[in-house]
Order: sequence, then C-alpha cells, then structure tokens
Amino acid sequence: MSTESIQHPVLKNRSYKPILPKRKEWPVVKLSRQRKEFIDTVVKNSITKLLELAPNTDTLIEELEATLYKEKYRIRENPWAVDPDDDRAFWSSAKKTLLEISSLQADHHHEEAQRKAETLLEEIVDRYANEIASNFRPSYYRFARSVVTFGFARLLNASRVKGFGSLFSNQYSLRDKIRITGEIDHLRSLAQRGTIVMVPTHFSNLDSILIGWVIHELGLPPFIYGAGLNLFNIGIFAYFMNSLGAYKVDRRKKNNIYIETLKSYSSLAMQWGIHSLFFPGGTRSRSGRIEDKLKLGLLGTAMEAQRTNYLRSQQTGETAEKIFVFPVVLNYHFVLEAPSLIRDHLQREGQERYYIENDEYSQSSKIISFLLKFFLKGSDISVSIGRGMDLLGNYVDDEGHSLDKQGRHISMREYFCTGEQLTRDEQRENEYTRMLGESILQEYYRINQVFSSHLVAFVAFQIIRKQHRSLDLFNLLRLPEEDLIIPYKLFRKNCERVRQAVFNLYQQGKLDMPDHLTDPIDDVITHGIDNVGMYHAKRPLLKNREDNIIIPDITVLYYYHNRLEGYDLHTFVHPKKKKLIDIAE
Amino acid sequence: MQNSPVAVIGAGSFGTVVANLLAENSDVLLYARRPEVVEQIIREQRSAGYAVHPHVRATNDLAATVAQCQVVFPIVASSGFRETMRSLSPYLRPYHIVIHGTKGLDVSEKVANPLTREQVKTMSEVIREETIAVRVGCLAGPNLAHELGEGQPAATVVASRFEEVVQTGQRLLRNNLFQVYGSEDLIGIELCGVLKNIIAIASGALSGLALGENARALLISRGLLEMMSIGKALGANLEAFMGLAGVGDLVATCFSTHSRNYTVGYRLARGETLSQIIEDSEEVAEGVNTTQVVKQLADHYQITAPITRMLYRLLFEDLPAQQALRSLMKIPLGEGEDMGLYKKIAT
Repeated sequence: MSTESIQHPVLKNRSYKPILPKRKEWPVVKLSRQRKEFIDTVVKNSITKLLELAPNTDTLIEELEATLYKEKYRIRENPWAVDPDDDRAFWSSAKKTLLEISSLQADHHHEEAQRKAETLLEEIVDRYANEIASNFRPSYYRFARSVVTFGFARLLNASRVKGFGSLFSNQYSLRDKIRITGEIDHLRSLAQRGTIVMVPTHFSNLDSILIGWVIHELGLPPFIYGAGLNLFNIGIFAYFMNSLGAYKVDRRKKNNIYIETLKSYSSLAMQWGIHSLFFPGGTRSRSGRIEDKLKLGLLGTAMEAQRTNYLRSQQTGETAEKIFVFPVVLNYHFVLEAPSLIRDHLQREGQERYYIENDEYSQSSKIISFLLKFFLKGSDISVSIGRGMDLLGNYVDDEGHSLDKQGRHISMREYFCTGEQLTRDEQRENEYTRMLGESILQEYYRINQVFSSHLVAFVAFQIIRKQHRSLDLFNLLRLPEEDLIIPYKLFRKNCERVRQAVFNLYQQGKLDMPDHLTDPIDDVITHGIDNVGMYHAKRPLLKNREDNIIIPDITVLYYYHNRLEGYDLHTFVHPKKKKLIDIAE
Repeated sequence: MQNSPVAVIGAGSFGTVVANLLAENSDVLLYARRPEVVEQIIREQRSAGYAVHPHVRATNDLAATVAQCQVVFPIVASSGFRETMRSLSPYLRPYHIVIHGTKGLDVSEKVANPLTREQVKTMSEVIREETIAVRVGCLAGPNLAHELGEGQPAATVVASRFEEVVQTGQRLLRNNLFQVYGSEDLIGIELCGVLKNIIAIASGALSGLALGENARALLISRGLLEMMSIGKALGANLEAFMGLAGVGDLVATCFSTHSRNYTVGYRLARGETLSQIIEDSEEVAEGVNTTQVVKQLADHYQITAPITRMLYRLLFEDLPAQQALRSLMKIPLGEGEDMGLYKKIAT
C-alpha cells in the first residue's frame, strides 16, 4: 500500500458539475425502466447458482425444507411491519407443496419431484427478488434530494445568520458542516470509466442519507445500495431509501435461497454498470471501532460481476467494464446511537445471540430533533474518500489502469485467467475477495480522520484503564464516579504525547487528520471535550469546576475511545500509578 | 510432455534437486544469475554437485524464462530472495503461480532490537510485496537434497491459500517415489521450515559435544514446543507443526549430518567461531540468520524460547557450548503447559 498521504486542503464549497447531466442516462434510471427484465435475469441467475449448489433432488428438497423451517420461525418469532400481508399464506402453501414433493420422491417419482421442486424454488426466488428490488423513481429522487439540500441549508442559515430574511440566506451551505476530503476528482473520473462500488464505514443510521447526499454533491448519478429492511419500518427512512435507489436487505433471512438471490441482484446490477454502495462491515460498528473485519458476501458479488464482464467481452468483442472499489470513512464527533450500540456490544462480547433491532431512530420525531440539534448547534462531520482500487486491492490511476507498487500497469483480466484463458474458480475468487477486504481495511485506517473528540476520549479512557490495570473491562466500566477524575495536567501531558504520535503516523501516511488537530493543545482539548458525544443525555467527558477532567458516562466514553483502536496509540499513554495516599484522599 | 515448461529460479543444491524432480513430468528451465554457472551446467550436465536431468535446460535469460512458464519455483537463499523477486517482478503476470522453496525470514530494514512481526516477512510475503503475483505457495518438508538427488523415496508439502496452486504443485512434483501433500496454511508451513533450522543447529551442537540420542530426543521434543509457541505468535496454526513439514522435517534435519545447519552447530561445539565457519562454506546456513531474527522477535513478544536464546549466545556472543548446554538443562520443567500439551500434576 502506498504511503503517500491524501490531498489537502479540503476544497471547500467547490461545486461539482454532474457527470451525467441528463437523468435519462443514469444507470439507475435504466434499471427502473427495465425493472422486469432485470428481475427476471436475477431470478434466472439465482436458480442456476442454486441448482449448482443442490445438484440432485434430495439436496434440493433439503434446501427447500431448511428455508421453509427458517421462514416459519422468522414469521413466528420476529414479524415486522414491512412484511407482506401474504407472508404466512405463502409459506403455508409452500409447506403443502413440499410435502407433496417429498412423497413423490419417496415413491420414486424422481423426475416429477425434481420438476415440482424446481418450480417451488422459482416461486420462492421470484418472491425474494421482487421483495429485494428497489423502487427507484426519478421524480421521488429529485424531491428527496431537494428536501435534503434545500431544507438543511435553510435550517443552517436560520441558525447562523441572524435577523429577518435569514431563512433565505445562502451564506452557509451543508458543505460548511460536512467536509468532503480525499480523492474526489479521481472518483469522478473513474465513475465515467467504469462501475463504482463504494464501501463506507458504518457507524450510524444517518450514514446512508449522508452518503446519498455526498454522492449527489459530487455530481455523481445515484448509486443503488442495500439498506436494512428494518429501516423501511420507519416512515421517513422508507421514503428516502426508496427514492434514493435502495434495495432491501433483510438480515433476518439467513437461508441460502435468499442469500443467493440477494447476491445475484447485487452482481447483476454491477454487470449493468450501476454504481453500488454497501457497508462491508455488515451492520453499524457496535464497539465504535473502525471495522476490523468485513462481511465478504456482497464484495464477492463484485468479483463475480467482474469475471462475467470479462467473459462477456470475450464473446461480444466489446471492452469489459471495469469495477472500481472506493473505501470511504465517515467521521462524527457524535453518534446518536452510541449508548445503545456500545451496550449491545458489551452484551454480545463473547456470545453471539439473536437480537432484535432496537434503536433511537425508531421514531421520526427523534430524528428530526437530532437534525435540528445538529444544525442549530453544529457538530462537524467529515467524509474521507479513499483512493480507487481494483478488485485485487491494487490502486488505479485516473484512467482506470491498475497499478503495481512500481506504478506499472497490470492487466486485471489476467487475474481471472489460467494461463491466457479466462476461467471460473470460486475458491480463487473467494481468496481474492478476502484479500480485497484486507486492502479496504488498510485504506480505512489510512484515510481515517482523527478528530479532537476521538483524541480526548481515547486518552481519558486509556488513563483510567492504565490506572486500574488489575480490573477487566467490565469491572472498569463499573468504577464509581469518584474514581473517574483525571487531573488536567496529567490529561494534557498525555493528550500531547498521543497527538505527537498521531502527527508521526500522519507523516508516514498511516492516518489523516483535520486542521483543527494542529491548534494549541489546550484548544484541541477544549474542542474535543465540547464535541465528544455532545448531545447525549449523559456526556462522556466534561471539565469540572476545578478544571479537572471528569467522566460522567464511561461506557459511552469507551465507545468514542474505540475509534482510535488499531494504531497502537495506547503505548503513548503513561499515567502515574495512583498512590495509596491519593486514593485514600 | 503434457505440461508446459516450468521455471526454477536458483541453481543451488535444493534448486537443482527440485528441477530434477519437476523434470520427471515437465520441461524445466533452470535459471542461474551468473552466466558462467549456466555455461558450466550446460557443459558438464551437472549443477551444485548433482547430475542434471535431460529435461532441464539451464538459462540466464530471466525474461524469456518467465514468459515461457506459468509456474515459477524460486529457490534461492533468503538473503538474496527479495532482490531476486525485484528482478522477477517486471516479468510476472497476474496468472503466474509462484511456489518458493526457501526456508528463511526476511528483515526488510535493519531495525533495532526487538523486532515486531510487521518488520519480519516470510518469503511468500516478500513475493506479495515485491511482485503482482498473488497465486503464491511454498514447498516444505523433509527433503534433504542429497537423498532426493539419489532418487530415494520422500514426500513434501505444497501450501497455498489457493487450491489451484496446491493442485498444480502436486501435479508437477508427484511421481512414483515422491508424494506431495497439500495444505492451506501457507504461513504455518513456511514457519515450520524456517524455525526447524534453529533446532537443527542445536542438534549439530549436541553431536559436537559427543552426546547421544537421549539428549537429541529431549532437544527435538522441547524444540518442537518452542517452534510452536513462536509460530503461534507469528500467525501460524499449530496443526502445521504436527505434520510432515513440522515434526517430519524437524526430525530429518536434526538427524542428518549432511545438513548445513547441523554442520554449523557441530563445528561451533567443536570450538570454531561463527566467522570461521561462514568463511569456508559455499551456501550460508539459513538457521544462523533465523536464530538472530527469532531471538529478537521473542524479545518483543515475550516468548521464553530458551533454546533459541541459548543458541543466539552460542552463535553471536561466544558462549561456550558446554556452558550453553548446562544452562539449558536448568530450564524449569513445566514449560509448554500453556500449550495444553502437558497437564501439571498436583503434588
């Protein structure tokens, strides 16, 4: 991985012309116009794949039975408002059909059993494909987009510019709040030369709307992305998601038939040249840490799409569309869901259990009140765009050529070859996907921006942890408030040390930071404390009257601290051991 | 000949022997860096002391060699491995399969003691760093060159995360007298081959002290445990150490009086210094460098590694062999309990 650091400074308020001004040319519009053809192909591809996985009648029946069992369990245990009304009826009838098939198979009518099983499979896949498919409508998109930009901008100006007429002032735009840094022109250039797969970190439910806005702001046509079906339970989200080209991912459905259908959907969209976005971490980071492991399923669909593109180009003679991966890191001073995420993380430590989503976004009013706070009081967000890479994690240049470390061109096609011949080798591609995942993680750490709030949270938590070496994490989080006071001098010294280490890593191109981090250290600390988790009912970090640092909510502090995990920065925190006499006092 | 030609990079003794093995199934291009060596091989039909199979053709043209072959076996000393990869790099394509047979470690920068894992690379990691080849594997196992050279039966392990690499390695190397196992634990298998060289030096030292097989058995069993705890810290799965490339190679190397590492230990115990030994050996024993690197890694990861540490002092700090042995015998029992191999018996 190259060590050159990312472009600075930020190009504030620069506006980007749309790369495809005519909406008709948007790939996603093409998708919505040819929706039926698209879904039919998805169904066909999924069935081919599934029949490969279940090559005989017995295995196929087993697969159907497993799916039926899991679906009935889901309907009974975890029904959602968005579930279709005929859910129960459909699966009951599927059960009857399956019983028939089983008895046919038992009576040695194998051919009929196979035929009926395939028909049932097709019905299920068709149902899933239609459920997953997005409902992109250009007019909705335009409206939703204007709501976001116009509405937000009005609020912003109302809160910043005083006096009559402020509602119509354009002095501030969303771009003052949300800083987009990194490889913007590179991204725009490649979006015109191939298919983009954007893979952001995932901390908050706000991420998808934020990214949707960023994509528009950079003049890119809309991306499609897989959004958790649970978000469609909430009116306001459902509206935005539908209009921004979201397809639905139901994490409750863990059966192979559903998963293959979902993968086929994603893969075909990429083959159609539609820019995609997904959160490779799977769900929001529970611990607050940057993803350290990715879910590779959807990434693997990019691999399949790329291979299919090369195969098709071999047949048609047309140039194969290349797929480019863009890691993106979102940085917040404040994550609305932090308290519940971290509680969830701590509960799950060590044991994976089935859980029911329960989050602060469940009411539209709460979201609106958050947005109001966000704009009235100000809490900056940064979106860092990494450098584009091919599906093997090699960086690409502005023309889309894959580069090796010496800057020589690499033929991407040959990665899918045995000798000169294109070959399909799933194990090989799985391994490629794993390697790509590692490259994405590395890029995340490289473009991650260290905010003042992350710095103070990290240092405060590490001081407490090191002062109580003998306690495990769970006991540490139970420390009484009177033990959670850090003298300002000690805190300041350690902040300075860790910040120096951050500077060094920045010099080596191993992370990124905003300008505010270079301010005088006291200002950085004040800025950090003012911003870290600023809207939580209980703040993670505050200064008391004696100017010392106190920790009203150490669990939430732990969440924000985790953001700087993975850089080995803890070695720079050295609190003096607490003397007995101090503790006695 | 059903297979397209394969390349072996490096005409040392192991490289030559592997080239001969491959020649049973394919045409082989054997690359040597120095033109005079190539000429000599062609003239005498011998390389590194071994007769060369008729299907082996020596060459000095790296570009042409790599262009003709889809599978490349680099078998050069670890000290020159990175350099070799750099010169290979312009010719390798994404579809190339690269299976190396080098049992050493690479320290990219001369950094201060102690070393972290990030600063130490296995050979497959060097290949990945220096070239665009991704289908990378390694060859490891009890493969003493002179026995293979005589055509004695043996087996080896080809390890790679890619099934096609393992299968290709098996197809190319397997013959009636040579069995080829596969493994997906590339790093584990590489580390087996690397770490056993330390124990092999120690085994030579025991012989130099005129000790018998009880002592050697003690060394091998404690040595295996030490290899495992180091391997684990460096990212290997422990299963690898129990297989052919682990305990198999360890036993072969510790008993073979021909092995270079064994010889270094033997001569040290006889009172020679390291510089004397290095001066009059043609190929450097990998174990010397490995001992140094692993000792520094053990410092960083706080691994006890008593054999490695004692050998380090023997090699680089002129500790007399007798004294090293006496200290080793004082290691408290019970080491290895943390590996779950022995249970402490309550007394």
